[in-house]
Amino acid sequence: MMKNFKLIIALVVFTSIISCNDKKTRQLQYMPDMYESIPYNADGAEGLGGEPVNSKPVAGTIPRGGAPAYDIPDTIEGYELAKTTLKSPLAKDEKNLDNGKEMYTIYCLSCHGKNGDGQGYLATSEKFAGIPNYKDRDLTEGSIYHVLIHGKNLMGSHSSQLTYKERWQIVQYVEVLRTDLLK
Amino acid sequence: MKSVALHSRRTSVLLKSLTLLLFFAFSISSYSQDVDEVRQKEGKKLFKSLCASCHKLDKKLVGPALGGVEENRENSWLKSWIKNNAEFQKVNAEAAEAAQYSATAMNAFPQLSDQNIDDILYYTTVGEIKKVAAPGEVLVGGQVLEERGAPDWLIYFLAAAIVVAFLMIASLLKQVSELKGDKKSGVQSNLRRDLQELWVGVKENTFLKVLGTIFLLLVGAYFLFGTLFTVGVDQGYQPIQPIAFSHKIHSGENKIDCQYCHSSAKHSKHSGIPSVNVCMNCHKAISEVAEGTEIQWNGQTYGKTQLDKEIAKVYDAAGWDPEELVYTGEEKPVKWIRIHNLPDFAYYNHSQHVTVAGVKCQKCHGPVEEMDEMYQYSPLTMGWCIDCHRETNVDLKSNDYYAKIHDQLAKKYGVERVTISQLGGLECGKCHY
Repeated sequence: MMKNFKLIIALVVFTSIISCNDKKTRQLQYMPDMYESIPYNADGAEGLGGEPVNSKPVAGTIPRGGAPAYDIPDTIEGYELAKTTLKSPLAKDEKNLDNGKEMYTIYCLSCHGKNGDGQGYLATSEKFAGIPNYKDRDLTEGSIYHVLIHGKNLMGSHSSQLTYKERWQIVQYVEVLRTDLLK
Repeated sequence: MKSVALHSRRTSVLLKSLTLLLFFAFSISSYSQDVDEVRQKEGKKLFKSLCASCHKLDKKLVGPALGGVEENRENSWLKSWIKNNAEFQKVNAEAAEAAQYSATAMNAFPQLSDQNIDDILYYTTVGEIKKVAAPGEVLVGGQVLEERGAPDWLIYFLAAAIVVAFLMIASLLKQVSELKGDKKSGVQSNLRRDLQELWVGVKENTFLKVLGTIFLLLVGAYFLFGTLFTVGVDQGYQPIQPIAFSHKIHSGENKIDCQYCHSSAKHSKHSGIPSVNVCMNCHKAISEVAEGTEIQWNGQTYGKTQLDKEIAKVYDAAGWDPEELVYTGEEKPVKWIRIHNLPDFAYYNHSQHVTVAGVKCQKCHGPVEEMDEMYQYSPLTMGWCIDCHRETNVDLKSNDYYAKIHDQLAKKYGVERVTISQLGGLECGKCHY
């Protein structure tokens, strides 16, 4: 009897170990010394001295290969200033336009639509209302860039998702879309 | 059990009748309105396409709430304002004052005719036409009617307890009968004697003994190695995240590109977790989910009531005041729990796979657009990486720099398109250094 009882206990313990496949916790790691290295993780909560390392660059610095910070303020005057004075640094070529289209497809298409007529999927499915048609707006490359950086009304800033070059490539593509719409 | 079921049925009947009653009260009130539906519809269409990005009827947005705006302003004043507010501000002091409402200037709408504007204003006055429910349709608004069963683990635990108790009682009964010296031989004890004889027979047969031992060893090894191979492999890992974010709603139903939020995948080693400013790009306008939205979260169904609270968590993190529509500056990080994590001795770069190779996110992360709750789809083991590197052909077009090397490699292996492994994708130092 005692022998049977022990066997039952052993079986129960064994099955509970192998069936202990809890999705909410990570699996056991064997000798995890090299799983977590000493250098901090780029997006870790505790990086340098307990502070997250995913923070803003030091004020007044430019990353290697980067562009100067955009310093036109998010005001009505700033918008006008950008609209009249800001010019694209990129050459208007196929390569830039192609990447502009690719980026537009990821970041703008959901709302502004394939042709820039404001009939993106989120507009037609009535999640967002009042997205303008590019042809109804008086746009210049400077004003498009300004709006990409600061957002306008309900559109948020998209500067954190795009690089300097990608923003100007999108601007180029939006201008092409607008010209097509105005035809 | 029965009484509980009866009780909950009674409650639900009560609730249903209550909502029906409420509903009738509503529909009667909507009958009393006399609305020119054609004008309302026309006005609504214009409002939605032109005004709604900055105005709502009942709530402040970028501009003021417009419900019943005609009670405050003259029709002619509104027309001048809407057509070109910048010009109107120059001649009208009241308009200049009104422009102070927001830091952004309102667009001019010269394309609207007087009739258009009248229709829009008509819509702002009458508002939405309330739909009358079809008979038999019961809308349960705001009520969460969830009858939840016991959690799974409790059921298993109880089942196990019943089995153990049954075994104990059986053995007790057996002991009692043995102590009593009860030798009444029924069918059962006959069967037992037969089994005992069989057991003795097996025990004395060496061949069967060896066979049995081998069988047991094999079964043991199967389970042992099955367990050992899961060490450090987190396939299916699905931790409870701080916000009930559904990929199914965002990338599945709303068709938002993966890289809209995970924008660092294009240029970086990491495909980062988006910061809340990216959430706010849309959620500035979307403060509540659509009626009838449901997700499965941690074994429960989350309806509109809970999901609206989840959006409020985003506002809390971003420091956004949804009433005043301003940032308060009190930000809090969202402590998402990382699911996919390679050990640090393995190098993996997202940009190389996403931008250079053009691999779809779903290839490794599975059908994310169908997941309410995110989990690790792939094992992320070395064997899994290598399998893909062996199978995948490299796109050699538009890469003139390596054209010569690629040609030579193709000749060497006698293939038309080289795989990643033939380009050196299996070398240890590519990922471990």
